[in-house]
Amino acid sequence: MAELLWLIPALPFAGFLALALLGSRMPRPLVATIGAGTVGLSALAAIAASLALAGSAGAEEGITRTLWTWISVGGFAPAVALRLDALSAVMTLVVTIVGFLILLYSTEFMAGDEGYSRFFCCMDLFVGAMLTLVLADDLLLLYLGWEGVGLSSYLLIGFWYKAEANVRAARKAFIVTRVGDTAFALGLALIATQLGTLRIQEVAERAPLFWGAGSGMAVAAAALMLGGALGKSAQLPLQTWLPDAMAGPTPVSALIHAATMVTAGVYLIARMHALFLLAPVVMGATAVIGAATLLMAGLSALTQSDLKRALAYSTISQVGYMFLALGVGAWSAAIFHFMTHAFFKSLLFLAAGAVSMRLRGEHDMFRMGGLRRALPGAFWAFVIGAASLSALPMVTAGFYSKEMILERVWSSPRGAGWLWAAGLIGALITALYAFRMVFLVFFGEKRQETEGRSGARVMFPLAALAALSIGGGFVPMSRGTWEAHALPLTLAASLASLLGIAGAWFLFHRRRGMTERLAGSPAGALLRRFWAGGWGFDQAYDALLVRPFVRLTRASREEFADPYSKGVARTAGALHHLLSRTVTGQLRWYAMAIAAGTILLIGMAVFL
Amino acid sequence: MILALLIILPLAAGPLAWLTGRWSRSAPRWISLAAMALDLALAVALWIHGPMETSWGWIPQLGIGFTLSLDGLSILMVALTAFLGVIAVAASWKEIKDRVGFFHFNLMWTLAGITGVFLASDLLLFYFFWELMLVPMYFLFLWGQEKRSAAGMKFLIYTQSSGLLMLLAILVLYFMHAGATGVYTFDYAALLQTPAAGPAANMLMFGFFIAFAVKMGVPPFHGWLPDAYTHAPTAGTLLLAGLMAKTGAYGLLRFVLPLFPEQALQFAPMGMALGAAAILYGGLMAFSQTDLKRMVAYTSISHMGFVLLGIFAPTAQSQQGAVILMLGHGAATGALFVMAGALQERLGTRELGRMGGLWETAPRMGGTMLFLALALMGLPGTANFIGEFLVLVGAWRTSIPLATVAALGMILSVIYALWMIQRVFQGPNRENWKFPDFSLRETVAAAAMIGVVLWIGLYPKPISTAAGPVLDRTMPRADLSAQDEGGEP
Repeated sequence: MAELLWLIPALPFAGFLALALLGSRMPRPLVATIGAGTVGLSALAAIAASLALAGSAGAEEGITRTLWTWISVGGFAPAVALRLDALSAVMTLVVTIVGFLILLYSTEFMAGDEGYSRFFCCMDLFVGAMLTLVLADDLLLLYLGWEGVGLSSYLLIGFWYKAEANVRAARKAFIVTRVGDTAFALGLALIATQLGTLRIQEVAERAPLFWGAGSGMAVAAAALMLGGALGKSAQLPLQTWLPDAMAGPTPVSALIHAATMVTAGVYLIARMHALFLLAPVVMGATAVIGAATLLMAGLSALTQSDLKRALAYSTISQVGYMFLALGVGAWSAAIFHFMTHAFFKSLLFLAAGAVSMRLRGEHDMFRMGGLRRALPGAFWAFVIGAASLSALPMVTAGFYSKEMILERVWSSPRGAGWLWAAGLIGALITALYAFRMVFLVFFGEKRQETEGRSGARVMFPLAALAALSIGGGFVPMSRGTWEAHALPLTLAASLASLLGIAGAWFLFHRRRGMTERLAGSPAGALLRRFWAGGWGFDQAYDALLVRPFVRLTRASREEFADPYSKGVARTAGALHHLLSRTVTGQLRWYAMAIAAGTILLIGMAVFL
Repeated sequence: MILALLIILPLAAGPLAWLTGRWSRSAPRWISLAAMALDLALAVALWIHGPMETSWGWIPQLGIGFTLSLDGLSILMVALTAFLGVIAVAASWKEIKDRVGFFHFNLMWTLAGITGVFLASDLLLFYFFWELMLVPMYFLFLWGQEKRSAAGMKFLIYTQSSGLLMLLAILVLYFMHAGATGVYTFDYAALLQTPAAGPAANMLMFGFFIAFAVKMGVPPFHGWLPDAYTHAPTAGTLLLAGLMAKTGAYGLLRFVLPLFPEQALQFAPMGMALGAAAILYGGLMAFSQTDLKRMVAYTSISHMGFVLLGIFAPTAQSQQGAVILMLGHGAATGALFVMAGALQERLGTRELGRMGGLWETAPRMGGTMLFLALALMGLPGTANFIGEFLVLVGAWRTSIPLATVAALGMILSVIYALWMIQRVFQGPNRENWKFPDFSLRETVAAAAMIGVVLWIGLYPKPISTAAGPVLDRTMPRADLSAQDEGGEP
């Protein structure tokens, strides 16, 4: 099986190529079969490979396969090599299985769209690039996947390219993440020159040998990596692109902007943890950024009226938890939360898509309401997703992963009480906004009639993801033993979740009128606008970066070298004019000029 | 003899095309296409065969020899020349309608001159070819756009005057060599043996450097470039950006660094700074342009800045990166200019403000341009990424601040490349453009260029095995050995 590791990313790439070259001439069923089928096959291959890995003797070590040497210059030889170990196996399984379910859903969701084959083409490109990212054994190959997912994200956010706003959102996403990517690339240059390799295992081995803990180089390398992770994972201060990225079709938001790509930063840090351990400052910064992001994005999620934007802020907030975990060195807790989050967040997005499909593309929660009876399937899927997001104690996967993070933040020597408190308050906010969505969309009075019914290709993925959102917490990765000191922590986390859900019921169902009045008051409206607009980051960047940049380039549009060449041309022209006036055609004038010249020459000969 | 054939093929095809052009419009096209295709096949065969040299005494009394030599570096450039030559003929197929014969004569002779520049191993012969490529290039402006005569004149004056500086430097070098050894020769290999020294050597290096910097379009020597790239016909721009800019970079690698090792190393920080400045300047200016061709012209300045930075960083990685970027830029930016020409042919304008939403009517063109934009921003998988990343790694060894500045160029490139895609292919189609998508001829040409960019991006080994040994042998390297070992503890 190990020999066939390359098949896992190659299958979606093959689907991408087939669709890119011939997709426009294929009948739709064939497009759907290739688009989803290649990812399904890739999922089967990933399952087989993971089983083989688990059964093999060297499961701890992982297996590595080098396909070819990519570049070889002066001892620097990054390779196209794949590696399957516990970490990449988890990532690969989640990407392929969730990816397949979402693509299956898309075959029905996108049915009416004229860009059907383009959609599957880009999605396959994404899955292939994401698998390259997680399976890469070389940082440069990882970077290829990293940029590849960025590209497909760009293409899919701007999928409906005729509307200027979508294209702008796509461009914004690419540029903001590219700021992080550039830091990442510089980090690669640093590691390549200092350690002489980009192979992940070798970097992990050499870094502690070459660099002491807390040494400048280690801190710089880790900080640059962190910069890359912040961009891709939409964390402060590079989070602004993700809410706008919801301009893309809903399955895109589910797969790329919730389940997989935005967690690439988490994966990167977990993968490079040997390096981060050498830079305690950077780890501290990671934890603080995670905590700040989860709180700010949580409050923003609480004030959105667009269902997808609320989910987007929720994603930023949940990835914040993962960063918090990474910052205190709880690598497996972060990856565990990545996995459960992939299940419940894609479930929420797909359920939201199933709702808007029946409401002619409606996304505004305040124009939904009372849909519980009309759309029971979507309702239950959404409630299960929201419960898992809120970490409803004992029964949901989200509880186990979030509880694990909070416990580690408390008990880790790198953690701190106030970080734990931030996480706990965040848990309360999470439950509050999660069930705010449930009550606004599915309870209360009905505002719009639904039309049509969702088919099996929509309902099956919902059911499967709902099952995973509940059962996904009982995998061996979750905690094995209950420790005595953990019990109060578990109780606190459970209480925060239950309190949040109850609060949501009270504020957004029972006393909805009161809440609306409160939000309508001058102070409330101001705060609400501030939170809903993402804490003014967009405006600040616009005023400080975008507009000055545009003004600068506009002002310097004219070439600075032009006046010089024009000056030369004018001088030459003037000289030409001057000289041509000497050509008068009069013999007298010529004779005199010759005489004057001769006298001058003789004079020079005599006197000099 | 085989080496001379590389030059003779286009040289002979030129007059033949001119002659047949009197009776037929398509004959010159087919003749030129056949000549360049043969040239390409020959170049590939020579690449596989390996290095070779031919020499005839030309004017032995003065020590001028007709010496051609082909090594790993020059074969890459010759192959690129033949490849872009084929593309240039294909791109002019429909665009050029009058005086077809004379056009192809000029095209072929320019290509012959460029090939000669890459092969010459005698300084005077080199200068001869350097001039040979200018004059027919100037005539190609006849088929250009609105401001063709001014643009062509500017091009001629800039390159001619800087070329004279180089001629002066060559002559002084010749006499200095004779003074030191008593042998009058222009032979490259012989001059290589006796490095020039003293303050005069500095001046000589600058004589070469300025000529090459003008060709590359390094600010502040780039004044001619935006106008020339914009107003030349498509094939002309393709040759200017794809090949002539490379003759400048090639000259730096072939002459400036090996002939003046000490002086070049002294000058290196300045050269790197110029490169970094070019990256930023080109990137900023590209974003503010409203004319598609002019925009691509500025991106070209930015990319040649990367090449300059790589050449002067002087590390094995950065210089190989520079060579790979030269090839990648030749194919990708060349293709972008072909694209701009194809759009102008269909729309009658290059104004970005009048385009928009063209994806629907021409998805093949959109896909091609999207790919080229990705190459422009150096996405991994494209040749440009390999080149830029290697330059970055090499530059990082020499100067971390300049490497960081260069990395800023990577952000700028995303900004202008995506802006370009949006302005042309996305958004609403305000003017309701409807036109035919790429024809078979154009699709094949685009696919070939994309293929080259991808090939070098995924498997650049043939390039580095060809150029690597040459660079290692002839390049002076700053003493970075301590860091080259990776800072072993």
